[in-house]
Amino acid sequence: MDKVFTISFLVAAVAAGAPLLFGTLGEILTEKSGNLNLGVEGMMYMGGVAGLAGAYYYEQAMGASASGAVAALIGTVCAFLCAVLGALIYSVLTITLRANQNVTGLALTIFGTGFGNLVGEAMGTAAGGFVAVSQNTKNVFIGGIPGLKDLPVVGQLLFSYNYLVYLGIVLAILMAWFLKRTRSGLNLRSVGEDPATADAAGVNVTAYRYLATCLGGGICGLGGMYIVMAEQNGVWVHDCIAGKGWIAVALVIFATWSPSRALLGSLVFGALSILRLYLDFGGVRMIPIYDTIPYVATVVVLIAVSIRQRRESQPPASLGNAYFREDR
Amino acid sequence: MTKEQREPLIRLAKREDITGGKAWLIRVLSIVLALAAGALIILLLGHNPLEVYPSMVEGALGKPRVIRETVKRAIPLLGAALAIAPAFKMKFWNIGAEGQILAGAVAATYFGLFWADRLPQPALLLVMAVASIVVGGLWGLIPAVFKAKWGTNETLFTLMLNYIVLGYVKYLQAGPWGADLSANGYPKIPMFAANAMLPTVLGVHIGWIVVLVMTVLMFVYLKYCKGGYEIAVVGESVRTAQYAGMSVSRIVMRTMFLSGGLAGLVGFLQVSGASGSLTDNTAGGIGFTAITVAWLARLNPFVMVFIALLLGILEKGADTIQTVYTIPASAAEMLTGIILFFMLGCEFFIRYRLIFRGKGEKKHG
Amino acid sequence: MATQHAIELRELTKTFGDVVANDKVSLTVDKGEILSLLGENGSGKTTLMNMLSGIYFPDGGEILVDGRPVTIRSPKDAHDLGIGMVHQHFKLVDVLTAAENIILGLKGKGRLDRKALAREIQVISEKYGFDMDPNQKIYDMSVSQKQRVEILKVLYRGADILILDEPTAVLTPQETDKLFAVLRKMKADGKAIVIITHKLHEVMDISDRVAVLRKGKYIGAVETSQTNPQQLTEMMVGHAVKLEIDRPQTQYQDLRLEVKGLNCFNDEGVQVLKDVTFQARGGEILGIAGVAGSGQKELLEAVAGLQKVRSGHIFYYPPHPKSDLAGKHVPVDKAGEELVGKTPTQIQKIGVSLAFVPEDRLGMGLVASMDMVDNMMLKTYREGKGPLVDRKAPKALAQKLIDELEIVTPGVSTPVRRLSGGNVQKVLVGREIASSPTVLMTAYPVRGLDINSSYTIYHLLNQQKEKDVAVILVGEDLDVLLELCDRILVLCGGQVSGIVDGRTATKEQVGLMMTHLPKGQEGGDQA
Repeated sequence: MDKVFTISFLVAAVAAGAPLLFGTLGEILTEKSGNLNLGVEGMMYMGGVAGLAGAYYYEQAMGASASGAVAALIGTVCAFLCAVLGALIYSVLTITLRANQNVTGLALTIFGTGFGNLVGEAMGTAAGGFVAVSQNTKNVFIGGIPGLKDLPVVGQLLFSYNYLVYLGIVLAILMAWFLKRTRSGLNLRSVGEDPATADAAGVNVTAYRYLATCLGGGICGLGGMYIVMAEQNGVWVHDCIAGKGWIAVALVIFATWSPSRALLGSLVFGALSILRLYLDFGGVRMIPIYDTIPYVATVVVLIAVSIRQRRESQPPASLGNAYFREDR
Repeated sequence: MTKEQREPLIRLAKREDITGGKAWLIRVLSIVLALAAGALIILLLGHNPLEVYPSMVEGALGKPRVIRETVKRAIPLLGAALAIAPAFKMKFWNIGAEGQILAGAVAATYFGLFWADRLPQPALLLVMAVASIVVGGLWGLIPAVFKAKWGTNETLFTLMLNYIVLGYVKYLQAGPWGADLSANGYPKIPMFAANAMLPTVLGVHIGWIVVLVMTVLMFVYLKYCKGGYEIAVVGESVRTAQYAGMSVSRIVMRTMFLSGGLAGLVGFLQVSGASGSLTDNTAGGIGFTAITVAWLARLNPFVMVFIALLLGILEKGADTIQTVYTIPASAAEMLTGIILFFMLGCEFFIRYRLIFRGKGEKKHG
Repeated sequence: MATQHAIELRELTKTFGDVVANDKVSLTVDKGEILSLLGENGSGKTTLMNMLSGIYFPDGGEILVDGRPVTIRSPKDAHDLGIGMVHQHFKLVDVLTAAENIILGLKGKGRLDRKALAREIQVISEKYGFDMDPNQKIYDMSVSQKQRVEILKVLYRGADILILDEPTAVLTPQETDKLFAVLRKMKADGKAIVIITHKLHEVMDISDRVAVLRKGKYIGAVETSQTNPQQLTEMMVGHAVKLEIDRPQTQYQDLRLEVKGLNCFNDEGVQVLKDVTFQARGGEILGIAGVAGSGQKELLEAVAGLQKVRSGHIFYYPPHPKSDLAGKHVPVDKAGEELVGKTPTQIQKIGVSLAFVPEDRLGMGLVASMDMVDNMMLKTYREGKGPLVDRKAPKALAQKLIDELEIVTPGVSTPVRRLSGGNVQKVLVGREIASSPTVLMTAYPVRGLDINSSYTIYHLLNQQKEKDVAVILVGEDLDVLLELCDRILVLCGGQVSGIVDGRTATKEQVGLMMTHLPKGQEGGDQA
């Protein structure tokens, strides 16, 4: 039991929660606009492989003079843009072409999973075996803020992460602020709640839906990149996202559509996912049961939310529904 | 923002008069376009699509043996799509077929493993089938009960249930039905005894007959049965259903039991026909892909047969090109995604007509 | 003329299909004036105002704002011209606060300064005498509070011309007084206000001038100080027109339905029916008159088992044993079968049938995407043994209706959504009649129909009456009710303000009853 309350456990929990945080934040932004994009998993694959490709090909191009930081930066941009592309396909299909959101999201997951694995493996084949980024770049994803990370206790607890972890935390805070404190945030929420009313009040429903969905997709992509670069050490592993995108969808419900609760939720889910390394839950065979806890917890939250009918914790009222003005 | 408002560049008008033939033409065209987009990717991978596509077809349909493999892949897709159809017709977004398949598979596996020596084959198979339907149905019933009572969001609920049952299957593998039953503690559920396996007809387990019968029955149910009629009315308007004296919550629960039960039966076909045992890959995304099958077929069971076959051909063909061209099998998955995108998008052009500015100005309402 | 009207409408025309909703309506409103727009249901008041607020685009005529001709294509155009409309159905996002709803969609600094916003709203609120918490969520608000948010929303956007569509329909008398105080302050502030209403005493109370519409036509405008309710009623309902609808005498006229002390509440907990008591007899048409939302829908639904009943009784008596209708339905207690507590299906089986034509014509009673055959069996699909539905009988019925009622359709398998309004209504009413009911309730069966189609429907109702069916007809057109019905029950704010004989009652009498409860019964004539 004592192992659990060590600093290293907390640090590991934060690291394990980081990709979930990105997926959750991205999906919250998307769902706030009324789009239920079940393609998170697919977009994470797209982001993951594009991030790896960006960093790897930059290194290949620059040879020995490649900088780890630049490689990471290029990777981040590629990951974001590639996932945006996935979300854009979803947006065109659901917003403009009015396709069913559930089905389109699933198609995006199928596509993205195939895309990620295909590109990842094709890169490996082309490189004659497998793709791996340089140690310099790996170090960036191992992370830690020089100087500060060596401080006793707080150093490890607060300053030992890579830049994506901090980016995720900043994003969560920014998003909470955006949704609550800005006009655009207000307009976005109204689009997800009641697009007809928002439209009547002069909000451009289509533009908000496109923007939120695409940006949200890009954020999900960063989660995929985190998995590839930080958890798999910059190597493409077949099926590496392994359902984390779906956990993110669950986390959105768990966080009841609040970015700040997403922060807490991904820490909790991250901790849950590694807790079994620290505690014995009836042996190795109980691990799969143990791994369902996030989903069970999510179901409980979902039911509780629907029974309690507290207005603040409901899904956006028009989530999953398309909006066409002339159908009013 | 007082700029002169003009007629928008493109307006939409609902098509009411499109003929079936024209609609299918658009759909076929969209598949062709999707294949063209896929060709681009094959080119990027350094292969000639004009060689790759034919060899995919060859690999999926070229020999009786591969045709059987293709059919084997299409069976669960069709079965699960049929299972989803009534729920979707009711506008109950059941994306939990994946889990319902597994739930049914678990039930069938229980009898397959522990009752094989106690029952003769026909009785055993019957018991397995019934158990899979009942357990799959109950697994599908859970979200329906909450939906009927509290309006709990069924999309998210059914989604979560998939992962819960998947965890349970992995547990069974790691422990009670896997490691504990095997001499060396290997975490794999043992293969069924011969009498727990489905017989084959024309070289493929009889699941293909089962799903074809299901296709006809589902068509009849949705179109000619009182239950199917109720589903259609509830899906169209809950208000009207109440006006007609229907008990909406009862219909929702009954339909989800049916939907989950049929998905459960697919789980039985998978363990007892396709793989001979239960693994964490027994559903393997079939429940999700089947949703797209059902939707693209516009919930018409007969059309589902073709779409399931199409996806079966894609999957099997992908295996071939992996060995022949060393194109990763994931290419098929991606190509499936592309085809789905195009087919989802093309429905729009079937439902709406675009009117460009300046043309067809006046319309009568 | 040197004085510019805030708004001037010149010969505005709007048609929907064959129906002329507004026929060359001309109207002016001045600054610092409250104009009442008065008219019966379906007289085109709301359509007219919707053209001003950018919801509909006129087919003909001209709109002038401050003397300048303008084009209003969208609500945004209207808002840019300083025109704000408060609709009957509020357009508010439930989970947002009042302040958030008020500024929704407006341009401005990206960051929300909630304190400054609250102050601004406070200033406007105080100026006009609202009391309102800007940070209260909409879902926590009463109807009148929501209405205040809507009005503030319009004011905050700088509207100088306010249109209120039946603002008092949802208010208690006390709330109405408060609202009127606000409106007076806005008038003193120089705003032009149009209030759509059919409550005469409110017209007299609040407005400076009254403009009257009747059947889409502009009848005239009078200074409020120069008129009285009597005159306004006459303008509103016009003089009875002889329509020459048959009113056959029938043989039996036995008691069929007896409603006693019926009280119903809607989902929001508002009382929609109060102590409603009446009888309906076989072989007669009982008309129900009242302004929109007076409880007509709830009354019919309560009888049909679709509306929860808080207290009271609904007794059903079987038809006369010698009548053609006898024995066609489930046998019931001759001394009166209680319908309250029965399911809609049980009530249908007893012989009570409801054909309600909602505002959008479909959505209740018919399934838009299904064809006529499938719609025919909506209530009867359970009949017959086995799991299969029998489409033979419904198909024959559909064909019969097409032939007998001259329904224009490509065939029985065309989705009903593709039929025109008149044909849709024939399908609905025809189906209900085909179930050979003993009580036929129908609401707005001629909604939006041309004269010929309307007469087909009236004829159908008369046929039913002659078969000893108890017909209950909720109608919009008083002329028709007076010609067609044997008796007319007038509803006012969920209460029965009286039952009159259709042969002797006058239109003015009924019109007054629609807006006034008899003395002694007046619990404030709110809706």
